[in-house]
Amino acid sequence: MEKSWNNRAWFLVLPVLALVAFSAVVPLMTVVNYSVQDTFGNNEFFWAGLEWFEETVTSERIHAALGRQVLFTAIILAIEVPLGIFVALHMPKKGFWASLCLILMAMPLLIPFNVVGTIWQIFGRVDIGLLGRTLTALGIDYNYTNDWLDAWVTVIVMDVWHWTSLVALLCYAGLQSIPEAYYQAAKIDQASRWAVFRYIELPKMRGVLLIAVLLRFMDSFMIYTEPFVVTGGGPGNSTTFLSIDLVKMAIGQFDLGPAAAFSIIYFLVILLISWVFYTVMTNLDREDRP
Amino acid sequence: MSRITLSNLAHSYLPKPKTPADYALKEMDHVWQDGGAYALLGASGCGKTTLLNIISGLLRPSQGRVLFGETDVTDAPTAARNIAQVFQFPVVYDTMTVRENLAFPLRNRGRDAAYIAARVDQIAAMIGMEAMLDRKARGLTADAKQKISLGRGMVREDVNAILFDEPLTVIDPHMKWELRTQLKQLHREFGHTMIYVTHDQTEALTFADKVVVMHEGRVVQTGTPEELFETPEHTFVGYFIGSPGMNLFEAEVEGNMARVMGHPVPLSASYPAARGRVQIGIRPEFVQLADEGLPAIITRVEDVGRHRILRGEAFGQPVNLLLPEEIPAAPGPAFLRLAPEKINVYADDWRVLPVGARRAA
Repeated sequence: MEKSWNNRAWFLVLPVLALVAFSAVVPLMTVVNYSVQDTFGNNEFFWAGLEWFEETVTSERIHAALGRQVLFTAIILAIEVPLGIFVALHMPKKGFWASLCLILMAMPLLIPFNVVGTIWQIFGRVDIGLLGRTLTALGIDYNYTNDWLDAWVTVIVMDVWHWTSLVALLCYAGLQSIPEAYYQAAKIDQASRWAVFRYIELPKMRGVLLIAVLLRFMDSFMIYTEPFVVTGGGPGNSTTFLSIDLVKMAIGQFDLGPAAAFSIIYFLVILLISWVFYTVMTNLDREDRP
Repeated sequence: MSRITLSNLAHSYLPKPKTPADYALKEMDHVWQDGGAYALLGASGCGKTTLLNIISGLLRPSQGRVLFGETDVTDAPTAARNIAQVFQFPVVYDTMTVRENLAFPLRNRGRDAAYIAARVDQIAAMIGMEAMLDRKARGLTADAKQKISLGRGMVREDVNAILFDEPLTVIDPHMKWELRTQLKQLHREFGHTMIYVTHDQTEALTFADKVVVMHEGRVVQTGTPEELFETPEHTFVGYFIGSPGMNLFEAEVEGNMARVMGHPVPLSASYPAARGRVQIGIRPEFVQLADEGLPAIITRVEDVGRHRILRGEAFGQPVNLLLPEEIPAAPGPAFLRLAPEKINVYADDWRVLPVGARRAA
C-alpha cells in the first residue's frame, strides 16, 4: 500500500507532549532551576553554576549514604529474588489453596508504607514489641535504636517481609504460563528437578524476573518511608539512605540548591543502573540467538 | 523392550466417579505386543491421550494394573519406565541448541559423550536437521520444533516403547508423509513398540500393522487395516474407517435372511436370533444399483476422480454408494443391491457372529 507522507501528522503528538510536559518535564525543570542557583532568603536567587553539583559529587556524607544505599539494595535483591522464586515454585498451582496463598501473599503489598514502618517500629521495640520482648526474653541483646546491626537487620527483614510477595507473585504468573506438556516432556526425558528449573522454568520466568528485579531495584534504591518511621535514619547515620539524607537536606536544612543537585544526580544514578540491568538481562536473552 | 499389558484398567479424572459416564477410560484389558507398530485411532476426546499418559506414567489409572513384561509398573514414575513420548504440540528447551535438545534425554541417562555425539548426528540426519544443529531452538518454526520433539523421542535406543500423540498435526503435508515413512523405517530397523495416536485414518492405516480403534473410552476393535475394513466389530468402526463410512439399515434378521422395512435382503450366512437394536451394515463399495432390491432415492452424484460417490436416502436414512467411473448414474429413484457376503449384522452396535463362525483373535 502506498503511504502518503505528511509532516502535519506530528501535530497529533502534541497532546501527549503537553501532558508529559506538565506531568514530568515542568516539575523536573524547577529542580533543575534550583540546582544552579543560590539564595540567601527573601526569594532572591543568584546564579551558582555547577557549584552544588561539585559539592554533591565530592561530599563524603553523600558518598557514605550512597554506599549504605548500594549495600542495602544489593542485600534485599539477593534475598528477595531467590526467595521469591523459591516461594513461587512451592505455591499450589490451582484450587482453594492457590487462591488462599495468593490472597495472603498480596496482603503485605496492600499495606501503606508508613503503616508497615509503624508495625515494625512497634513490633521490634524492646519495651512493648512482641519481637523485641521475645528476643530479649530469649537472652538476645537486640535493640534497633542503639545498635546499628540490629537496625539494619530490622530494616532488611521488614523490606523482605513487605516486598518478597511481589517477586513471588510475578514469578508465579510466569510459572502459570508454562504449558503442562513441558513438564510431561521433561519427565519423559528423565530430567532432574534442577534441569526442569534450569531449562524450563527459569527461561519462561526470565521476562517477569526482569520486571521484578527492575521494580525492586528502583523501589529499594528510593526507599524512604519505612526506615524513616522505624529508625529515623539512625542510630547515628547508620540507616540514613539516600532519600532520607536528601529529605533532611531539602526540608530539614532547607538547602534547596544542594538538594536539587543531589536529586538530579540521584535520578541519573537510578536511570543508569536501571538501564544497565535492562541491557544486561535482555542481552542474556539475545545471546541465545545465532 | 517388552510387552505392555493393561489389565482391568479404567480411569476417571473425577475423584469419586459414580456412573460409567464419569470414566474417561472404561474398564479394559489390552495387550500391546513387543515390537508392534500400533495406531490408536478414534475421535477427539475418546480417551486416546489418557491411555497414552497412563502407559507412560504421566497419569496414574483409577483402577487396574499396567505391566511391562511381567513387571507391575502401575506405581512406577515416568522416569523409571523408560518410555519415549512425543506430544501433539512441539516441546523444545528454548535456551538449548538443537544439538543439546536432541542430546538431553541421553545426557540425563548418563551416556558417554562420544556415544551421544554419534547418536545425535544419526537422529539429525533422520529428521533432516543436520544444518541447524548449532542453532538455538527458540527461533525455529513450529514444524522444525516438532521435528526436534520427534528426534528427542527417537534418540534413546533402549526405550520400552515410543508413544506418539498426534505428532504430525503441526507439520506440513509433504513433511508429514516423509516423517511417517521415517518412523516406519525406524520401526523396522529397531523394532521398538510404537503406539501412534491419531484421529486421521489415512495416517493410522499407513503407519500401523495393527490399528486399535477407540470409542467413548473403550477399545472397540483391534485389527489389521483389512480387518477393520471388512469386518468392523462395532458400528463406530464401520462409520469411522472408510470414506464414506459404512451404510447401516435397521433390520430384522432371521436365519440367513434380513428384512429392511419388509424388503428381503439375503445374507451369506445364518445368524442366531439377536436381541436389542438390530442393524445390517455394508460398505459403500459393495452396494450396487440394480433393477430390483431396496428402494432408494439418489440425491447427489459426486465425482472424486477414479470413482463416484452417490449419496442418497433409503427409508429415511442416508445411504452412500461407491461406483466405478464408467457406470452411469444420475439422481433419482433407484434400487440397491447389497452384496450378501459383505453384509455384517449388528445388535446394539456390536457385530453378531454368523452361526458356526469364530471371532478372529
